[in-house]
Amino acid sequence: MQARKKYVLLGLCACCWLVLFYWGGGVQLRLLRLLTRHRAEVVRPWPNWTDRAFLPRYAHLDELQTDPGTAESPRQRRQAWSAIYKDSRCRMETCFDFSRCRRRGREGFRVYIYPSEKNDHVSESYRKILTSIGESRYYTSDPREACLFVLGIDTLDRDQLSGQFVPNVDERIRGYPLWNDGRNHLIFNLYSGTWPNYTEDLGFNIGQAILAKASLNTEHFRPGFDVSIPLFSKDHPQKGGEQGWLVRNTIPPRRKYLLMFKGKRYLTGIGSDTRNALHHIHNGKDIVSLTTCRHGKDWEKHKDSRCDHDNMEYERFDYQELLHNSTFCLVPRGRRLGSFRFLESLQAACIPVLLSNGWELPFSDIIQWNQAVIEGDERLLLQVPSTVRAVGNERVLALRQRTQMLWEAYFSSVDKIVLTTLEIIKDRVFSHISRNKYMWNSLPGGLLVLPEYSTHLAHFPFYYLGLGERASPGQEFTAVIHAVSPLVSQSQPIMKLLQVVSKSKYCSQIIILWNSEKPPPSRSKWPPMPVPLTVTDGKRKVSRFLPHVAIETEAVLSLDEDTVLLTSEVNFAFLVWRSFPERIVGYPPRSHFWDPLKRAWGYTSKWTNDYSIVLTGAAFYHRYYHYLFTHYLPQSLRTLVDRTSNCEDILMNFLVSAVTHLPPIKVAQRKQYKELPGPQGTKTVPWANPEHFNQRQECVNTFANWFGYMPLVHSQFRLDPVLFKDQVSVFRKKYKDLERA
Amino acid sequence: HVSAMYPSGKYSSRGPALIPRMKTKHRIYYITLFSVVLLGLIATGMFQFWPHSIESTADWALDKRSVHDAPLVRLPVSSPIPERGDLSCRMHTCFDVYRCGYNPKNRIKVYIYPLQRFVDELGVPISSTGLSREYNDLLSAVSDSDFYTDDVTRACLFIPSIDVLNQNSLRIRETAQALAMLPRWDKGMNHVLFNMLPGGPPDYNTALDVPRDRALLAGGGFSTWTYRQGYDVSIPVYSPLSADVELPERQPGPRRYFILSSQMAIHREYRAELERLKEENGEALLLLDKCSNLSQGAAPARKRCYKGQVYDYPQILQESSFCVVLRGARLGQAALSDVLQAGCVPVILADSYILPFSEVLDWKRASVVIPEEKLSEMYTILKSIPHRQVEEMQRQAHWFWEAYFSSMKAIGLTTLQIINDRIYPYAARTYEQWNNPPVVKWSSVNSPLFLPLIPPRAPGFTAVVLTYDRVESLFRVITEISKVPSLAKLLVVWNNQNKSPPEESLWPKIGVPLKVVRTKENKLSNRFFPYDEIETEAVLAIDDDIIMLTSDELQFGYEVWREFPDRLVGYPGRLHLWDHEMGKWKYESEWTNEVSMVLTGAAFYHKYFNYLYTYKMPGDIKNWVDAHMNCEDIAMNFLVANITGKAPIKVTPRKKFKCPECTAIDGLSLDQTHMVERSECINKFASVFGTMPLKVVEHRADPVLYKDDFPEKLKSFPNIGSL
Repeated sequence: MQARKKYVLLGLCACCWLVLFYWGGGVQLRLLRLLTRHRAEVVRPWPNWTDRAFLPRYAHLDELQTDPGTAESPRQRRQAWSAIYKDSRCRMETCFDFSRCRRRGREGFRVYIYPSEKNDHVSESYRKILTSIGESRYYTSDPREACLFVLGIDTLDRDQLSGQFVPNVDERIRGYPLWNDGRNHLIFNLYSGTWPNYTEDLGFNIGQAILAKASLNTEHFRPGFDVSIPLFSKDHPQKGGEQGWLVRNTIPPRRKYLLMFKGKRYLTGIGSDTRNALHHIHNGKDIVSLTTCRHGKDWEKHKDSRCDHDNMEYERFDYQELLHNSTFCLVPRGRRLGSFRFLESLQAACIPVLLSNGWELPFSDIIQWNQAVIEGDERLLLQVPSTVRAVGNERVLALRQRTQMLWEAYFSSVDKIVLTTLEIIKDRVFSHISRNKYMWNSLPGGLLVLPEYSTHLAHFPFYYLGLGERASPGQEFTAVIHAVSPLVSQSQPIMKLLQVVSKSKYCSQIIILWNSEKPPPSRSKWPPMPVPLTVTDGKRKVSRFLPHVAIETEAVLSLDEDTVLLTSEVNFAFLVWRSFPERIVGYPPRSHFWDPLKRAWGYTSKWTNDYSIVLTGAAFYHRYYHYLFTHYLPQSLRTLVDRTSNCEDILMNFLVSAVTHLPPIKVAQRKQYKELPGPQGTKTVPWANPEHFNQRQECVNTFANWFGYMPLVHSQFRLDPVLFKDQVSVFRKKYKDLERA
Repeated sequence: HVSAMYPSGKYSSRGPALIPRMKTKHRIYYITLFSVVLLGLIATGMFQFWPHSIESTADWALDKRSVHDAPLVRLPVSSPIPERGDLSCRMHTCFDVYRCGYNPKNRIKVYIYPLQRFVDELGVPISSTGLSREYNDLLSAVSDSDFYTDDVTRACLFIPSIDVLNQNSLRIRETAQALAMLPRWDKGMNHVLFNMLPGGPPDYNTALDVPRDRALLAGGGFSTWTYRQGYDVSIPVYSPLSADVELPERQPGPRRYFILSSQMAIHREYRAELERLKEENGEALLLLDKCSNLSQGAAPARKRCYKGQVYDYPQILQESSFCVVLRGARLGQAALSDVLQAGCVPVILADSYILPFSEVLDWKRASVVIPEEKLSEMYTILKSIPHRQVEEMQRQAHWFWEAYFSSMKAIGLTTLQIINDRIYPYAARTYEQWNNPPVVKWSSVNSPLFLPLIPPRAPGFTAVVLTYDRVESLFRVITEISKVPSLAKLLVVWNNQNKSPPEESLWPKIGVPLKVVRTKENKLSNRFFPYDEIETEAVLAIDDDIIMLTSDELQFGYEVWREFPDRLVGYPGRLHLWDHEMGKWKYESEWTNEVSMVLTGAAFYHKYFNYLYTYKMPGDIKNWVDAHMNCEDIAMNFLVANITGKAPIKVTPRKKFKCPECTAIDGLSLDQTHMVERSECINKFASVFGTMPLKVVEHRADPVLYKDDFPEKLKSFPNIGSL
């Protein structure tokens, strides 16, 4: 019966096991759970207390609504604040004297520059900064009307070991009668501290002054008070500046290398932790991270075993080539937090991957950096490759375009960096007439959006698509007619024009800018019209583009008195403009070209296969451009236009193209507008005059000079009605008038 | 039991086969034993692998618990107190990122400490309220969210269950000791405390007074001096009224009062200033205060009075365009929440106040912040805001409330999302996601090609010809296209699986590379696949029978595309119309004055749209098109218009593409059923997109000098066909 015993034993074992399971199951359960960890992970949430409905409120309604109040008077409190919160705890409320900026808008925000002293050495970069302010629309030479003060002493480089270091700043500024402990002063700085710690110390007491500084640390940054600026080189252009390198959106958006870095490796001292580790992520294939030990005088003293090999590898790659061919660029901290490579990669459309813990990013107040860069963490360097690999193509495409947008809006020239700084401070001073983050972060960028015009997004030509259905450029336009000749007969061209325009169903009002020696005729002299007519003074040439309050529609149709148009032409052009509200849509085209012989820009009114200007003698555009023309452009250009009685249309085209980066749009027209004058032309019209033409030639060059580059862009098409001049029945055509000869 | 019996029965029937030589007696014994064992095993197995049955009973036990069942913890007097909290703390100095790690979801894991009741040595609790209803709501919401983990070792962020929402009910020292006793406290590293009412008399600190080491503070009422930017999170002061009162929907627009002040116990200095404003501007202002002689039973918190007249609060807030929110002893005011809920634009007068969630919310679009000093100018400042903007702000204000203020859940999860965004900045939510109300999100566009670029001419374009078997016509098309100067490459998509493409020697000899791609299936979507062979960003999609387009026309089309790289630029124009009788969309191929689509039988577009078509087409459109073998071009028009918000561009007058003698409507489109099908497509796509994205325009693009009285030989594009 051996077998029987065996079975009994087996049975007993099984029973024991079962018993164990049922009563002492805990052990196995735990064992099993350990084995199947992932499956058995039980989420034990916060309990649903049985008495949760009886829990007390965190505060009584009375406690929340009736403030306990303080005995202290708010006014006294505010005064006491400025004594407590100063220096490193400065805020606009406590360290800035708003009473100096009393007047509204631009008038209230004036910037004064201290005259520089004779034997002062001013660096190239600081000279550019001062020039930018001096030429800006905020500059004043009268300290009494200034809201903000900028030192004439160069404070950019406060590294005592540097040749640019200016000594005795403390004593000198204390001697300034306007210094007022730095109140309302703006101090620019690029480099602070020195070897070995590179502290934030400027070597003099800035008092209550606002600091516009590169490489600012979040701990020292006084939020809402200081401005973080980017580090830029002395070769950074004053104006205009180079365009971004992205000329086309290639698909897929990845470039040859995924990630690159080429730079110094610090063997010791501050910043060496990160730089010393960068070589770890180098894989020689899609991630190129090259470091060299060769910098400073005594690098060989600290040399380690990697140095020779690294130095050799380092020479094999060209930095510029890597910039062009890499999707992401590492921007680690150097000795200081910011580095040149930040702007370099931004311009190169190489998405910056920041490794600079505690860096207050440039213009962080206004720019949404997470949409343009990858913010890494120095502590997680080794995660960087997997992080950037995980960034999808769509996001790469968006990030890359965003780098270009920001580069061109705020960084491409010293002018832009300085103006952005001033505008940020101005927005703080006049906080209820300031730009919101949307304006700062979408095209065309905050510098071209003047909050004094409006703080409402839908009032600008740029945001219709982003705002969705609630915003549209409107169903109506205002015609602004520039009249120069006195009214003598009812058959004058202007009479015809008035009738044609007023017949358009989209026309809501007509404004006549009267620019004649004779006073404007009485209301009865004008023909009866279905829309309201206003006659205002338009003596000066630029008054054509003054932001007349009478203009109530978003669309403006600008007209010369002798323009010959048909109502259907006007209607068609208006409908086209509604599709392109940020551009100028008009009829007669002109073109610019580069004349290699004269080494200057040329202007032509000949018939060409492309155009870059449409004359504003007959054109639709957004009324915001009136405001921009008057308040954004410098007095000098507007004076030039006024003095010569010429070029205002070219200037408008420059302005709009600088804003949009796009050409204007020419639409179909029945007859060619203002044909080139024949020899028999007896009437002396200004444009028939060669002098007039030469002036325009000069204008193009003067304007290009002020903008710092040539903003005009060529276009090769014009927009016609869909059935324009087609061999189909006339009855099908909506705009048949356009085809009559 | 049935399921348990079944296998045992099965095995018993197999028994004899397994052990054939065994004696019957033993066999029965063996079988019985084996069955018992098996039965037991199965029963245990069911217990083991039915986790819900076990856990739900456990949960059930948990659910029956009361707050008072939470374990009691006695704090020794000498128990350590954390440090006060370091003002220089930032994410990179006081936060341990290693705990969060890299994960594909880019989501932090949050752990909630189990509830404990802390008492001092004498048995007095550390807080007069204990766990409040609001804090319980917040913790429940967190535990229900996908931030939650119960595994303390994997957590990145810790939330103590000690309720510090209201400092008034706390014993500061003991609360601090309790915090320090938390098992993972570790100097407060990665801990977040939620506090709405900080400070206490007489000077009311703007941050929680409880010493808390390095813990993050999500606080209501921060001032710029206590707020550690990029570390702390500013949160609203929750108003419990919003849970009790449901306000009727109110459209934005002008309201009865221009400015309303509804707060009680405003400092007399401000009150005097407001009275002065009221004197100057009369009825436009309404200044309410506490009711002095309310009848018994009326809740004083729900009433406001002006000169004996009683108003319901918060309902009265809906009657005003702007509502004043003045600071009191504290900077954060619960009134802000009420005001936003009512869709009233808050006018915030609280110098140095860090507005709730200001790290991500753009308050300029929903509120007006005025320095306290300028209270007297308030009326003029508010009057200068355009009407349309006020409406927009009203809408925005209400939406902020709904999304971020309305419940403790909203407040808690928003806070966690902000911290999450800091830890995974590359996956952070965008400005638009935070700030655009859903209505705008649906109707606005965020074009993937938003930068205004005019790409250089040099790279040229790639022509993609979809073909099945019309070889002769295909070769003609190839020959014609090859004359276009900017053609960079020709890609023939051979969609016929039954037939091989002609031999290489038979193909026309052209000056650019010609590639043939053979497809696996005869699908229309093959035409829009983002082939690696397409190396240019410009793609010319062309049918194998479009032989009429001239080289000038094609080159001109490419030039126009360069100026509109984010649009479809094509030759055959079509229109969609609303059929009033049928109440649905209709497809129109007649020669009309309007265009809303261009057919991809001959059109330029950006290669990116191939990606979108292949991988991002909404709904089942892609499969639907492949199944119906129709409408791929309409689908492409929908896709591009939807994502860019822009109309396509029809180029040149050309209307006939296949042969000069053909009628208006080309080839395929001839028969009536086809037209009906195309109309159906439009209706189908419009319903999938949830909107009609197509834009109608009345223009087409022609060369600048087209049909102008000018010598033809001087024109860049003289050979533009007329029909």
